[in-house]
Amino acid sequence: MYVAVKGGERAIDNAHAWLAEERRGDRDVAELSVAQIREQLSLAVNRVMAEGSLYDPDLAALAIKQARGDMIEAIFLIRAYRTTLPRFGYSKPVETADMACDRRISATFKDAPGGQVLGPTFDYTHRLLDFALAAEGEVPEAAEAEAKPGPVPHITEFLNKEGLIQTEDESDEVPGDLTREPLELPADRALRLQSLTRGDEGFVLGMAYSTQRGYARNHAFVGELRIGRVAVEMDIPELGFAIDIGEIELTECETVNQFAGSKTEPPQFTRGYGLVFGQSERKSISMALVDRALRWKELGEDNLGAPAQDEEFVLYHSDNIQATGFLEHIKLPHYVDFQSELELIRKLRREAMEAGETVQQEAAE
Amino acid sequence: MSDYNFAYLDEQTKQMIRRAILKGLAIPGYQVPFASREMPMPYGWGTGGVQVSAATLTPDDTMKVIDQGADDTTNAVSIRKFFEKTAGVATTEATAEASVIQTRHRIPEETLREDQILVYQVPIPEPLRFLEPSEVETRKMHSLEEYGLMHVKLYEDIARHGAIATAYAYPVKVEGRYVMDPSPIPKFDNPKLEMAAIQLFGAGREQRIYAVPPYTQVVSLDFEDFPFEASKADHPCDLCGAEDSYLDEVIMDDAGTRMFVCSDTDYCAGRRAAGHVGAQGVSTQEEDAA
Repeated sequence: MYVAVKGGERAIDNAHAWLAEERRGDRDVAELSVAQIREQLSLAVNRVMAEGSLYDPDLAALAIKQARGDMIEAIFLIRAYRTTLPRFGYSKPVETADMACDRRISATFKDAPGGQVLGPTFDYTHRLLDFALAAEGEVPEAAEAEAKPGPVPHITEFLNKEGLIQTEDESDEVPGDLTREPLELPADRALRLQSLTRGDEGFVLGMAYSTQRGYARNHAFVGELRIGRVAVEMDIPELGFAIDIGEIELTECETVNQFAGSKTEPPQFTRGYGLVFGQSERKSISMALVDRALRWKELGEDNLGAPAQDEEFVLYHSDNIQATGFLEHIKLPHYVDFQSELELIRKLRREAMEAGETVQQEAAE
Repeated sequence: MSDYNFAYLDEQTKQMIRRAILKGLAIPGYQVPFASREMPMPYGWGTGGVQVSAATLTPDDTMKVIDQGADDTTNAVSIRKFFEKTAGVATTEATAEASVIQTRHRIPEETLREDQILVYQVPIPEPLRFLEPSEVETRKMHSLEEYGLMHVKLYEDIARHGAIATAYAYPVKVEGRYVMDPSPIPKFDNPKLEMAAIQLFGAGREQRIYAVPPYTQVVSLDFEDFPFEASKADHPCDLCGAEDSYLDEVIMDDAGTRMFVCSDTDYCAGRRAAGHVGAQGVSTQEEDAA
């Protein structure tokens, strides 16, 4: 039996060595550097930061390299690292109205103060493979313009001046922390948003899409979508005031949704909200749609029984690290349980066949 | 190891887990929510058990890790290595020598003592989950002691199959109050749940810890006319001849020839070392000589 134990250990070590070799690939091809991944696969880096809940492009790039490009594996590496980090404080809420926007568009107005800025988007590219990239040609430099000075106000605020859109009440309540307290239901909106922003992009997209196709339909206009950098401020007790501790890139999406009104409220637009690390447009729009669907109770709407309205269903299944772990664990040994099922099914079959024979005999007699 | 805190988790996290364990011991069978951490192994690989073990271990402990009853299954090897590396504790394969035993899917054959702790890895802690998918609803059912649905399920099994069609993770009632999932152990192990050792159950992904204190009453659910029956393959172990141990069925060749061996590898090895030989076994004295 001792030999078998050593065999298991050696098998694991050898598997890891082989894995490392596969990750490296053909040694005649130059090895990828972490900086190359960070700079040239930045949307992958952004996704790993968003779902890993850790803003660190270098670590995210390293995780992608180590995970051989498997995004969920990379996210897992970041999560497992993140959980070991000490929590030395909380930043002040970031002020997205002061964002230095690379991109800022509104689907609800032709133009707005601050202007529409397309920014680096795939939106109007023709999806034709660019074989020039395969030839490793350098790209020409893009034209530059001076950034407009001053804050860029949120477009939904213009609607609010007429009272046409529901007001979000300000609150000084300390939001819960999904990573430090077990999720208990019902969850408030702050917890739901925390869960959605780190949720699997594919899952949140699918949920959002289902609302567009009629499962708790609530037509959404993209009131505004903005991408850019915001300052992160933190109160330093020793100093007695807040200082900038850094800058992060965010994607924010505010949707404008319909609301028929209720007994107490006149008809009014309602809101969905998405905020995601990095340039993550698809995710932030999806998040806003699912956020809006989950708000049915507070807005006095009917529960239509749609998956996207069911906070337990959405929150318990959006985390891809939990999902992939439980899904893949079925490849671990289960032979003890299988053995007990084998015995049970043999017993049930034996009894069923014996009963069948008795019936046949009785019929023959 | 200086890169990690003792047993990997930071002390605040261990305190949080210990509070959950103590609450679990105070309310046997009750599922205590806890803020499960991401561990460096995936959910489903025993993250709940690993966190409970990490919060339980002291530098003087001796640890044993089994999966399917065996010390040599890959995940048991991996978890044992994890604690050797991060806690530096002594490890053993001998059940009697271990003070903390982490297990997946089995209870060791050897009777456990008061100075031992058995930590179970739990995939789905909620015994009512497959009858009612909503956690909000099942927590309500537990608080109201509303277990009718479970009895209806067991009754329907009997009506359809003539027997209760649950072979593992067989539900139990703890100290006359909470219905509990004993984790996916074969029902053969259920009678052993009443034991001298402390039993702790950790479900990482589901963020739940529960416990059975020593000498607590644990009753497998059944009916008077269909009493619970702990079953195993009707065969002795082919290596050590044991009649009382849970057996794995091993397929030997293309013709489907089978061999039955103890799932508890330490129990089997101990019996063979003591001179017991099964139908296809070789005495260990002869093995040593060869």
